[in-house]
Amino acid sequence: MNPVLLWFHKLGSPPLFERFAGRWSPWLLLAGLLAMAWGAWSGLFEVPADYQQGDSYRILFVHVPSAWMSLFVYAVMAVNAFIALVWRIKLSEQLAMACAPIGAGFALVTLVTGSLWGKPMWGTWWTWDARLTSELVLLFLYLGVMGLYAAIEERRNAARAAAFLALIGVVNVPIVHFSVEWWNTLHQGATIRLLGESSMDASMIAPLLAMTIGTKLWFAGSLLARTRVAVMELESGKDWVRRLASGEPR
Amino acid sequence: MSSALSMGGYGVYVWTSFAVFALFLAWDALVPPLRRRRLLRQVALRMRRDAARTSQPIKDCSR
Repeated sequence: MNPVLLWFHKLGSPPLFERFAGRWSPWLLLAGLLAMAWGAWSGLFEVPADYQQGDSYRILFVHVPSAWMSLFVYAVMAVNAFIALVWRIKLSEQLAMACAPIGAGFALVTLVTGSLWGKPMWGTWWTWDARLTSELVLLFLYLGVMGLYAAIEERRNAARAAAFLALIGVVNVPIVHFSVEWWNTLHQGATIRLLGESSMDASMIAPLLAMTIGTKLWFAGSLLARTRVAVMELESGKDWVRRLASGEPR
Repeated sequence: MSSALSMGGYGVYVWTSFAVFALFLAWDALVPPLRRRRLLRQVALRMRRDAARTSQPIKDCSR
């Protein structure tokens, strides 16, 4: 086996993963926090106000990255759920389950900040428009995965059942993304494009990019931290956890 | 400074949004270490209970 594959294979061992995650997660969280701190500061104080929306548009710098993350985290959860169902890898089950609360958090932040932006700009906190409704369904899917995982006694069966639900829910991800094109929504269309020209002013892109990278790094750190504890909880009867609990060196 | 706080009259909406985001990050960062601490305490407690029941010194797991 080549060294990279071997390392990857070894990472599936809980005590090794525990050490790996413990080493990397704080640094990923810190790097994410620094990127987000700069992005937020720049977005709040450096970048000029929007010609139409004035200063209210600054909500974008937390709303848009959160919305992107709510979809990105779902994709990561679904990939891990798929691996867990097909190859029955224990670590993938735990990675998928650890994604759910983080994604739910990002979806909730998206809805709340969107509401706070909608009130001054649209004159309403909420409307049953395709983008808003599909994002709400995304939050419910996350909550469904968490609820199903919590409801079944046997942990591995619970993880597989919840992984199955997560996989079915993938159908909602493109619906959220394309809702602004498929339906006539109150929510605006995309102004940032990976391919082709963005219709957003260049000065506003740098802080948004910093927030985007920051949230990704933060998610990686948070996912490692959450999975690390979840794996320990599953293995709490094993010797390596007992050694950690009794404070012995590993 | 006051102009930064008022955000052209949208201060309440802008600052609440950023506060919600920061609150989420704080929650997300705090949950795993708290759960880890609780778990390790529980495991240590169980080990002590087991040791007391069998009236044996705590087993050295490294062997």
